[in-house]
Amino acid sequence: MIRFLLLLFISVIPLQAIAEEEIVLGLSQSEVAITARFDGSDMLIFGAIKRETPIPEVPLEVIIAIEGPSAPITVRRKDRRFGIWVNTAELQVESAPAFYAVASSGPLDQVLDRIENERYDITVDRAIQTVSRTVEFGNTQDFTKALIRIQKENGSYQQLENAVAVDQQTLFRTSIALPSNLTEGDYRARIFLTRSGSVVSHFETVIDVHKVGLERFLYNLAHEQAPVYGLLSIIIAVLAGWGASTAFRLIRNG
Amino acid sequence: MNIYLPIAEVSVNAFLLLGLGGIVGILSGIFGVGGGFLITPLLFFIGIPPTVAVATSANQIVASSVSGLLAHLKRKTVDLKMGYVLLAGGLVGSAFGVVIFNYLRSLGQVDLLVRLCYVVFLGIIGGLMFIESLRAIQRARKAGGVVPKKRKQRNWVHALPFKMRFRASGLYISSIPPLLVGFAVGLLAAVMGVGGGFIMVPAMIYILGMPTKVVVGTSLFQIIFVAGFTTLLHAITNHTVDLPLALFLLIGGVVGAQVGTGIGVKLRAEMLRVLLALLVLAVCGKIALELLIEPNEIYSLAKVEDVE
Repeated sequence: MIRFLLLLFISVIPLQAIAEEEIVLGLSQSEVAITARFDGSDMLIFGAIKRETPIPEVPLEVIIAIEGPSAPITVRRKDRRFGIWVNTAELQVESAPAFYAVASSGPLDQVLDRIENERYDITVDRAIQTVSRTVEFGNTQDFTKALIRIQKENGSYQQLENAVAVDQQTLFRTSIALPSNLTEGDYRARIFLTRSGSVVSHFETVIDVHKVGLERFLYNLAHEQAPVYGLLSIIIAVLAGWGASTAFRLIRNG
Repeated sequence: MNIYLPIAEVSVNAFLLLGLGGIVGILSGIFGVGGGFLITPLLFFIGIPPTVAVATSANQIVASSVSGLLAHLKRKTVDLKMGYVLLAGGLVGSAFGVVIFNYLRSLGQVDLLVRLCYVVFLGIIGGLMFIESLRAIQRARKAGGVVPKKRKQRNWVHALPFKMRFRASGLYISSIPPLLVGFAVGLLAAVMGVGGGFIMVPAMIYILGMPTKVVVGTSLFQIIFVAGFTTLLHAITNHTVDLPLALFLLIGGVVGAQVGTGIGVKLRAEMLRVLLALLVLAVCGKIALELLIEPNEIYSLAKVEDVE
């Protein structure tokens, strides 16, 4: 009996070891500071796979997902009414990320099973939560598809296939372009290792995106001291108008 | 050189903003319009969120109007007394306008109604001005280049009580029409999110019968207060005034307004009116086309405003 248990134990170890491929991650920056000169940023994500066992036969694939902070959003659809184009239907999307990028080492439908995607919520459509409240016409899917299409067009949602380079099944790296209209908040970065479509290991970290310096100061002032900020705006405007007028008079007279 | 705007949360080219401000400033100096009906759509176009664009352009209008007004004060082409009367009506009107605007928003179709407002008012005003000023030019040509002195019109405006003397305008009329004009313009300005110069200028010429030369300065005087009031309201309720954005626009704008005022003085009054009419009609046409032509993307996204 003891011998049998021992045998079982020994035979289990390699199986476990295969599952324990650990991700060691590096980021070019663990925070993104938005300054007055901020104009988008390239985030370099690289890492290695730590393992104690030989590399399995099945090739390793890597998927990297970066998700920005989520907020509710309204999607509206126009239709022609009385000859003009009018918003006729809308959907309140409960929560949609402001930014979402998925980079993978191969075509996504090949490196990731549908069931695994549903389990780990990797693709962008899994990150959008629609609790339809106000749909008058059409169905919810058309609206979420439109949301993804519009966000992809302006670079907020990216699907980068074959964008992760994997070396020797051990080293991987990719670069993801963060757009200039970045929203502040915690960005969740997730790395998945897959073999024949199944996730064998994953790792998660947070990238902090925030405004700094003057940008931070003005944003806080506008939200916390709104009347002061409003008056300041008007005073600056009046002074600028007066200044320009005086300067021009001096130029003409001088 | 790109600059990141903290409230709009986008990065845009600083020279583009200076240029935009400059062009709108020149127009505002020539015509005495604040330029809100031009700069707001232009800001949408370069990717500024609509709420920020509306609020910030109000702030920019304050600056270019101050700059323009000071130039007009030097030339004594401002009827301050008329300005105060218009302003009194205007502030009451804009307070009412804000109430109406919020009511329309609760109905959900405020965007469409604002656009329709633009098309209807810009269309009517632009069309009327264009026809009238073309006739004036033709008359001037027939008369051998000499502009006939406009006879004093005697209409219902002159039959009302509470008469006041407006020396700079050379008018002795009841104070009721200016109050009503101010009220109506303030109301429309608040609903449409503009200073209201493009409605005010024709109203002063055609309803009140003020001479074109004082119309521009007086309109600017009144716009400063309406736009300032709007800025403050937006800053407090929506937090959507972007100061760096306003700064770049107004640096371009104030310089432009000075240049524009200089051009405006050299142009003949009829020419001024034809050009303003064409500009108003062009903007009207563009907005009308957007409503009529099938858009490339029939879906649109809107941030859900945080209800406070």
